[in-house]
Amino acid sequence: MSKESVTRIAADQIPVRRRSSARIAVVGNPNSGKSTLFNRLTGMRQKTGNYPGVTVEKHVGVARVGDTEIGLIDLPGMFALSAHSLEERIAVDVILGRLADVERPVGILAVVDATHLYQGLYLVQQLLGLDLPVMVALTMTDAAIAKGIRIDAHALQKRLGGVAVCPIVATTGQGLDALRSELQTLSESPRHSLPNFWDELSAASESLAGELPATVPRFEVERALIDVDSDLANDVAASLGPNGRARLEELREELFGAEPPLAKEARHRYSWVREVMGDVQTAVPTVSGLGSRFAHFLNQPIPGTIGLFVVMAIVFQAVFAWATPLMDAIDDSTTLIGGFIATNLPDGALSSFITDGVIAGVGSVIVFLPQILILFLFIIVLEDSGYLARAAYLMDRTMRSAGLSGQSIIPMISSFACAVPGIMATRVIPNRRDRIATILAAPFMTCSARLPVYALLIAAFVPNDNVGFLNLQGIVLFGLYMLGIVAGLMTALMLRKTALQGPKPTFALMLPEFRRPNFQTVMVQLLGRAKIFLKRAGTVIFAVAVVVWALAYFPRSAEIQDSLSQQQSMAANRLSGDELEIALAQFENDAAALQLEQSFLGRAGKVIEPVFRPLGWDWKISSAVIASFPAREVVVAVLGTVYAVGDEADEATLSERLKMARHADGSPVFTLPMVIGLLIFYACCLQCAATIAVIKRETNSWRWPIFAWVYMTGLGYLGALLAYQWGQTL
Amino acid sequence: MTLASLQRGRKYVIEDVNSADPDVQRLMVLGLVEGAEVELASAAIGGDPLEFRMFGNAISLRREQAQHFAVSPAEQGE
Repeated sequence: MSKESVTRIAADQIPVRRRSSARIAVVGNPNSGKSTLFNRLTGMRQKTGNYPGVTVEKHVGVARVGDTEIGLIDLPGMFALSAHSLEERIAVDVILGRLADVERPVGILAVVDATHLYQGLYLVQQLLGLDLPVMVALTMTDAAIAKGIRIDAHALQKRLGGVAVCPIVATTGQGLDALRSELQTLSESPRHSLPNFWDELSAASESLAGELPATVPRFEVERALIDVDSDLANDVAASLGPNGRARLEELREELFGAEPPLAKEARHRYSWVREVMGDVQTAVPTVSGLGSRFAHFLNQPIPGTIGLFVVMAIVFQAVFAWATPLMDAIDDSTTLIGGFIATNLPDGALSSFITDGVIAGVGSVIVFLPQILILFLFIIVLEDSGYLARAAYLMDRTMRSAGLSGQSIIPMISSFACAVPGIMATRVIPNRRDRIATILAAPFMTCSARLPVYALLIAAFVPNDNVGFLNLQGIVLFGLYMLGIVAGLMTALMLRKTALQGPKPTFALMLPEFRRPNFQTVMVQLLGRAKIFLKRAGTVIFAVAVVVWALAYFPRSAEIQDSLSQQQSMAANRLSGDELEIALAQFENDAAALQLEQSFLGRAGKVIEPVFRPLGWDWKISSAVIASFPAREVVVAVLGTVYAVGDEADEATLSERLKMARHADGSPVFTLPMVIGLLIFYACCLQCAATIAVIKRETNSWRWPIFAWVYMTGLGYLGALLAYQWGQTL
Repeated sequence: MTLASLQRGRKYVIEDVNSADPDVQRLMVLGLVEGAEVELASAAIGGDPLEFRMFGNAISLRREQAQHFAVSPAEQGE
């Protein structure tokens, strides 16, 4: 999520009503139903922020039990304390109390999916060694029964050394009352600990911790011994003194021999987990429902792959078909408001500012809100239902031919909505080279900000004809999506063969089961996206529209106005009726066009025009393209303003105005080759300040964002040049 | 035999893991350790990557990595 979507809040700003109760961490595997439970417990009393210095989202909230308020922090999903990704590392650091600005929680609410006890109990066992009170929420108990698994919560409680185990169904709220009352007393309950997984390790850690300041507890030493090369291991080594590293190494050698510590831990703990599972889990008969048979069908390689393409086709079809009525409604109402203001305000700067600057500029971008929301809705639903992970699995082989792995597909599909969350999703890719190649491929995917540009130009200039049963406009749009995908993959491949050479990426991924997406989770995310879009339209795009309007309106030439009134009075003497009306409008348009040409924008546009002349662009398009470097959808607003200022017909839509645009010699500006070139330019170029910023942040250098900008813009220019010049020869 | 050569519809038990590779250690943390019961669930087009089930979890990996795990068929009736 981009920075603008969140408000920073301090860790301890959650108000406490009756009893001061410090925070309890909600911890669990990814897809364990952790966030659904968190939403259930906190309802609307939650805030989203960022952890200091990183763009990992931090969710905190307050659960109300009777008259007590309990602070909760929903940590990113994790499998184990040996962190693998940035998200996992943040979660582990919060639990260990190693994160500056975030106080260590006073207790842990461990969320275990009853259908995935195996990995869930592994994490719980690790959490029980951290000197914090722990309780367990056993989620999806209904799904477990349907799958033929019954779990004895009492037996589990006993095996876990007495920690509270609360079976719940988060979607219906069953079992939540019992969970709430356990939560109320959690911070005072004893710090449960299990007979530790390996006595010799505990003993060694204990004695080593004795040499260290009290700020380094036993369990941190234990993790430092297991997680070789982790930040924690380095810190512990440093606090042991100059030869701390060697001492840790010596101790590892003694404890683990040749066996990697992590492997030893996994072997030990999972054998305990299997034992516990044997005790608490019984099989019950199952019925395979339609859902599971459908899922099984989609797991077959060929139906699965075909299914993936069908799903993507439906998404893009829906983005256009469903959004059209809503977009027409918005378009009509902005035109109506513009016309109303134009007729009721006296002609002049104010009227022009409101109709040409604000309404034509911002309005032409707002129109695309329905499309963008529908696109985001699909991406969020696909992700929340577990389908994107399946896509990664199905596409691994294809991605391998681009030098990437299936893990790169999730960031790329997300980038169809927006490259910013897409690039942030690359964090799951462990290898740095694979990750950077994916980051540079992601902005080529057709994002929602390109949609307004594509939609405007395609609707105006590509004939709405059918070729066979396919629509020509649809084919062009599909072609642009394919262009983005191919350009992105070729870029990744090229980088993997040159600057980012390295061993072939590996691929390992947990595949979550298909499940119905949670309505609340989807809506919260969707509203967040709508807010970002509207905020952008209200700030950046508004500001650009105003500046562009001012540049296009000023300076006013008195000479042109004088000659206009002269022409008008002469015509009034000679003509009457409709003829007069037409002549007057014609004069006004000519005068407006002349004013625009001698405005600041007109003069500046003419200076840069030669650069873009080989692409068939006039100075208006050239200046619109330059103005849209901060955000590509701005080009629509700028074209809206530029063509509105130069046109007195207030009721015309932007696409009608574009069609009427003429070069000085009277030939149309927007010819098909030129439009195709312009589309290719927008498919390639990196006109997005937010993406540049996120590339800088995620690669931690200016080298990659600068390379990406130069490379993508150059590619766009070249593509537009080829399309226009080749099109001219036809 | 290794995880890369399972037959569908049969259960296997992991016998031995070649744990030197850090990527393999990560898979062990996810539960692919000696004693775990695994099943081949599906293969993507071209037979790679593979999808395995173990105790209700689904995990996918490439053949290349699957070769680090030696397995034997589970006893019938389990």
